[in-house]
Amino acid sequence: MGIDWKNYKYPELYDELITDKGKPRKVAQALAKQLAKYGDEELERLKATAELAIKEMGISFTVYDQEGGSIDRQWPFDIIPRVISKKEWDVVEEGLKQRVKALNAFISDLYGEQKIIKDGVFPAEVIKNSKNFRPQCVGMKPAFGVWAHICGSDLVRHSDGQIYVLEDNLRVPSGVSYLLENRQVMKRVFADLFGDFSITPVDDYSSQLFDMLCALSPRKIALPQVVVLTPGIYNSAYFEHAYLAQQMGCELVEGTDLVVSDDDCVYMKTIYGLERVDVIYRRVDDMFLDPEVFNSSSVLGVRGLMRAWLKGNVALANAPGAGVADDKVVYAFVPDMIKYYLGEEAILPNVPTYLCMKPDDCAYVLEHLEELVVKPANESGGYGMLVGPKSTRKEREKFAELIKADPRNYIAQPTLNLSTVPTLIDGEVEPRHVDMRPFILSGEQIYVTTGGLTRVALKKGSLVVNSSQGGGSKDTWIIDEDA
Amino acid sequence: MLSRVAGNIYWMARYLERAEDLARLINVNANLVLDLPKGLSPIWGQLVAITGAAESYQGDYEERSVLKFLISDKDSPTSILSSLAYARENARTIRDVIPREVWETINTTYLYAKEQTSLALSKRGRYHFLQEIITQCQTITGILAGTMNHDAGYTFLKVGRSLERADMTSRIIDTRSANLIPDATTTKATYDNLQWMSVLKSLTGYQMYRREMQVRIQRQEVLRFLIYSHVFPRALAHCVNQVEFCVRALPDHNAVVNEIEKLRVQLEQADVERLKTSTLNRFIDDLQVGLAQIHTALDNSYFAGKLVQAQSA
Repeated sequence: MGIDWKNYKYPELYDELITDKGKPRKVAQALAKQLAKYGDEELERLKATAELAIKEMGISFTVYDQEGGSIDRQWPFDIIPRVISKKEWDVVEEGLKQRVKALNAFISDLYGEQKIIKDGVFPAEVIKNSKNFRPQCVGMKPAFGVWAHICGSDLVRHSDGQIYVLEDNLRVPSGVSYLLENRQVMKRVFADLFGDFSITPVDDYSSQLFDMLCALSPRKIALPQVVVLTPGIYNSAYFEHAYLAQQMGCELVEGTDLVVSDDDCVYMKTIYGLERVDVIYRRVDDMFLDPEVFNSSSVLGVRGLMRAWLKGNVALANAPGAGVADDKVVYAFVPDMIKYYLGEEAILPNVPTYLCMKPDDCAYVLEHLEELVVKPANESGGYGMLVGPKSTRKEREKFAELIKADPRNYIAQPTLNLSTVPTLIDGEVEPRHVDMRPFILSGEQIYVTTGGLTRVALKKGSLVVNSSQGGGSKDTWIIDEDA
Repeated sequence: MLSRVAGNIYWMARYLERAEDLARLINVNANLVLDLPKGLSPIWGQLVAITGAAESYQGDYEERSVLKFLISDKDSPTSILSSLAYARENARTIRDVIPREVWETINTTYLYAKEQTSLALSKRGRYHFLQEIITQCQTITGILAGTMNHDAGYTFLKVGRSLERADMTSRIIDTRSANLIPDATTTKATYDNLQWMSVLKSLTGYQMYRREMQVRIQRQEVLRFLIYSHVFPRALAHCVNQVEFCVRALPDHNAVVNEIEKLRVQLEQADVERLKTSTLNRFIDDLQVGLAQIHTALDNSYFAGKLVQAQSA
């Protein structure tokens, strides 16, 4: 039996691999042909091989079990990859670089002269009410004018075929370890296929990250001390923190391992005594970084860390305060920023966004709650959202009140019909919605991962791709058709 | 090497060794019980005493209750399951330092111990279960020796293992040197022999004793072997030598070496073979204090002490 693509017809959806007529898209032809050759047993075997590989490789994310201990849960993975042509990806890559460049210019400007506000392009009130604007950072000039060294931007394709940027994660974006590990799993499972396709490799990320971090070192020495700062084993992304430290060959530290001395330099406590630290890739949120400046009860951070950073004695990636551009109201202005700072048109479009702070927009949103997705400006991970078409009258009434009470804190977007990728569900292929998170590194240069982490909503019809809510992931293949 | 990481490696090694030693101890006891006359088995209570939990232990001294306490009791900090859980938590925090395979094996061993408690508590399944724990712990030791950089981290691993071993050997001597059999029993000699044999076997030392000492099993010879042997890897002197050898490779080791020297003097000055049971117990108590002081010196020099200094600086 196996897969018969002729039966895979979903005209109401945009599928990444198969057209609405049940024919593979050009870029996916070789893959679709290969998959159709496998019988049911073979597909089952490939799936089992992938699951075993994931178990053996210890790829996991952390959840808490009922006994109070934490457990590592395996990352759900689907063996059918998402495929994108290199030609299309090249455009996306340019768009991401342009976007991040503008975002960094914007953050620098905000903590500097605030020209964009003075020139009337960006409203001052947004910053006044921003949860993630850190007044402590005003006047700071980090190396290369870069604040968001690691950015994870979420991309979605709507049923119109266009790729949109859904949001930018500029605080501590996670997921890159799964992107890298997914490829390792696929190489084990489809060892024979990789030779036949020109799939662009992804392995470069860890060394690109390390080089970027080294370049930030305030001390110009051959081997700067780079460390990864983790909140510890109870953090859901601990696997990734350990993974990246391992891949870069640098120390994984917790707040208690570091100390800021009288000379305002950061040291780590080793068995040889104190050793100076030059660059910290911190995976701890701003508010927990330094009890001296932010949340005073934080035990995850390091007392005096901000002092050391402001004096230029240590580099922090991402820089504190970079999250100001995570705001979904700020997001709406990114195309304007690109024009303002770079004098260019945005290559990647935003999802059309209604800002409830604008009276006209707000009136429209309140009238069309049933069709729109309403999001709070400063939450991540899909919290506090209203998905109009799936909402009850009661929920809509609640949200109308919330919006009226605090319009600045809400935006609304049309409900997107995310594209799908064929996914193995109980031995059959069915379409499942996906998004994608590429990672962009900015230092002296800008580097974009080849492809991104493709997340898939494994529940039928679901648009929620988060791992905690039934989401899984797929490998992402950028295929060079000319090679 | 971060101080915290050094401490985690050290404790990981100690807990793994503890789990393995306990598994061996229980196995041998179960075996011995079968050989003793009916109604003459205070042995299970002794096992609780060996783990140092005699005072806090609330259960009865029936085989099943004691075994549950020693093997699968989550609330007992010294059970095999708890030891493996602690080893695993330590390993989790240093996933970037230890080889991937080691983390995975510790993880599966812990899951095995957690999931197979009914097997462990059945008379038939017990041997298999304990043997599996021993084999897995040995596997972890083997993978570490064969794949981890033999750097400072590995040194702390060996120090932790040797110190835990010395501690367990001293506990076994302490508890087991008491007479098992009341003097009035007619066949006392036979059982005495059995008792000392089981002490050796608890430490996997029976065969090595035979090879090394070449005398029959008797109290003073067994004591001499378990305390002074430089070749038997579970003998106190050997373990302490190992700790010293390892520590000398570390920076700033004087404080630790001083404590080791003190312990060695204690060992050498005692005339162990002549010690009566009561004085032997006191001698062992002193040794345990010495071992604890070595640990404190390690803690001060490498794991925690510097943290305090650094924070007040």
